Amino acid sequence: MRLVLDIAVTHVLARVRQTLVGMFGVAMGVGFSVMMAALMEGSQRDFVTQLVDSLPHITISDERRHPPRQPAEDVYAAVQFSGLRTPVIRPGIRNPYAIMASVETWLQGAVAPSVATRAVIRYAGRDTAANVTGIDPRREVSVSKLASQIREGTLDSLYKSSNAVILGDKLAAKIGARVGNTIALVSGTGQILTCTVVALLHTGISQTDETQAYTLIKTAQILTGQTALVNAIRIRTTDILAARDVAARIEAQTGYKSVSWQEANEDLLSAFQVRNFIMYTVVGAILLVASFGTYNIISTITHEKTRDIAILKSLGFTERTVRSIFFVEAVIIGLAGTVLGWILGFVLCLMLGSVEFKSPFMDATTLPLYYSPSHYLMAAAVAMTASGIAGYLPARKAAGVHPVEIIRGAS
Amino acid sequence: MSAPGKPSVSRDLLELRRVTKTIGDGVATTLVKDIDLVVRSGEFVAVTGPSGSGKSSLLYLLGLLDVPTSGDVLVEGRPASRLDEVARAHLRLSLLGFVFQFHFLLPEFSALSNIMLPMRALGRLDDAAMRRRALELLASLGLEDHAHKLPGQMSGGQRQRVAIARALANEPLVILADEPTGNLDTHSSEQVLAIFRHLVDETGRAIVMVTHDLDLAARADRQIRIVDGRRVT
Repeated sequence: MRLVLDIAVTHVLARVRQTLVGMFGVAMGVGFSVMMAALMEGSQRDFVTQLVDSLPHITISDERRHPPRQPAEDVYAAVQFSGLRTPVIRPGIRNPYAIMASVETWLQGAVAPSVATRAVIRYAGRDTAANVTGIDPRREVSVSKLASQIREGTLDSLYKSSNAVILGDKLAAKIGARVGNTIALVSGTGQILTCTVVALLHTGISQTDETQAYTLIKTAQILTGQTALVNAIRIRTTDILAARDVAARIEAQTGYKSVSWQEANEDLLSAFQVRNFIMYTVVGAILLVASFGTYNIISTITHEKTRDIAILKSLGFTERTVRSIFFVEAVIIGLAGTVLGWILGFVLCLMLGSVEFKSPFMDATTLPLYYSPSHYLMAAAVAMTASGIAGYLPARKAAGVHPVEIIRGAS
Repeated sequence: MSAPGKPSVSRDLLELRRVTKTIGDGVATTLVKDIDLVVRSGEFVAVTGPSGSGKSSLLYLLGLLDVPTSGDVLVEGRPASRLDEVARAHLRLSLLGFVFQFHFLLPEFSALSNIMLPMRALGRLDDAAMRRRALELLASLGLEDHAHKLPGQMSGGQRQRVAIARALANEPLVILADEPTGNLDTHSSEQVLAIFRHLVDETGRAIVMVTHDLDLAARADRQIRIVDGRRVT
């Protein structure tokens, strides 16, 4: 093997310019792959983190996944029923505090009740639709990052006045309201509540900041006209990835629809899968193009070295040994290019990380990058495989050279 | 030139038994036709004949670089032409040495490294022993000062002597030389001939030399003549 390595290294070093071109080709491929992977995964993780942080991990609503069975269906084994009236179901979760107590006995995480409703905010003659969520501030701090997202005030400000409201900062800006202003909340049933803006909220997600308002549970219940109403229980799990299983267990236990953050954002997570597929395809294509450079170089070397190959074979070198020489040359170029590409990729990430970037949808001062050894290993694996194949094909051809034909030609 | 020493009894080293070589799929061309030949130890055989008569083809068949269409090549009495590529390569590496009209040294390697190549491929000796033997070979051929020179830094005669040293590296039984003096001046040709004569007389190796030059051929122990692929003498 040392002999093969010595000959391969000598060949490669004897063609510095060609070797450098091949090496830089692989390095560019690996470098840009690492950068792209860091960028794509970084943005994905950043987005998911923001999403998971800004919302509860599980929401138990007062809906059911399947409509309740009619009593007649249990009594009669008929093929079809007609003329049955769907019973009126009172909105809200039955015995919400009993359910919460029961879930808390086994859940690793926190639980908070809430009342979700929609209302129109009226201020200075302008009406704007908003999602109003009634919360228990003491419990809320353990299920969401709401407390840390409050600007100009605190979450506990909700206790300051009888009808206090926290508005999303963009919502407040849209209607021109400020902290201390009095606004009117108008429910769908026509209930009007005069509330005082006690704080502003900034999640960084435009859709939330433009439409969300928080009040105490009691205030939201008054707005809906149902005093004991709790139509959502929000849960934060210690292990965010366990949310789907926990949600399924709660749904089985209570019968109420429990939606984990994964289910709520399934479209988005599917989109990420598609995005990742596209990313890896592009990365693979970049490295494939780079491997053509290696193929070209090894082909050139084998072409130039045809006479040497014939001589080595006349000396008694086997086809396998000759093949190994040129394969090792490709591996050397691939390996050197990969190491150079790692450095290039890391430097590119550092440079990108220092670029300030602003999105109209989310807050971000710099591009989110995720540094992971797996990006480097993945790029290296693809680059080395591509280099190996790029080297093997001309190496196989070179090893098949019939020495007699070459020696005759040279003579 | 280190050598095993000339044996008292000559033995058959290489043998061609009714060997024929044809090439081409459609219109077949016969390069060598029904040739019988025995090469014994301590024998200097010259193969002569006009251009295109099949001399070199005969040599490549003897050296297991090519396989006959029919007949057999025997090395030390054992059939060898039907062996697989790896086994034939091993026989070439350990028992045979080639010298061509062109030196065919690897241009990026020094004279020393070129000579060490077959030894390293065979792997019988350790690094120090290989180096020692390569230097001895260079010294025996008057090239001790050229060990670290690249082929491009040496004269034609010096390069051909390095090629001979490389052929001798693994102490082969037979040296197969294809027009070894074809590119050399008279002085260098005389040097090469003297080396071959020394190898035959002092070490008991066999030399098979293909040449156009009838004067050179006359200095061999035995001459065979090939015309149109057939052995005529």
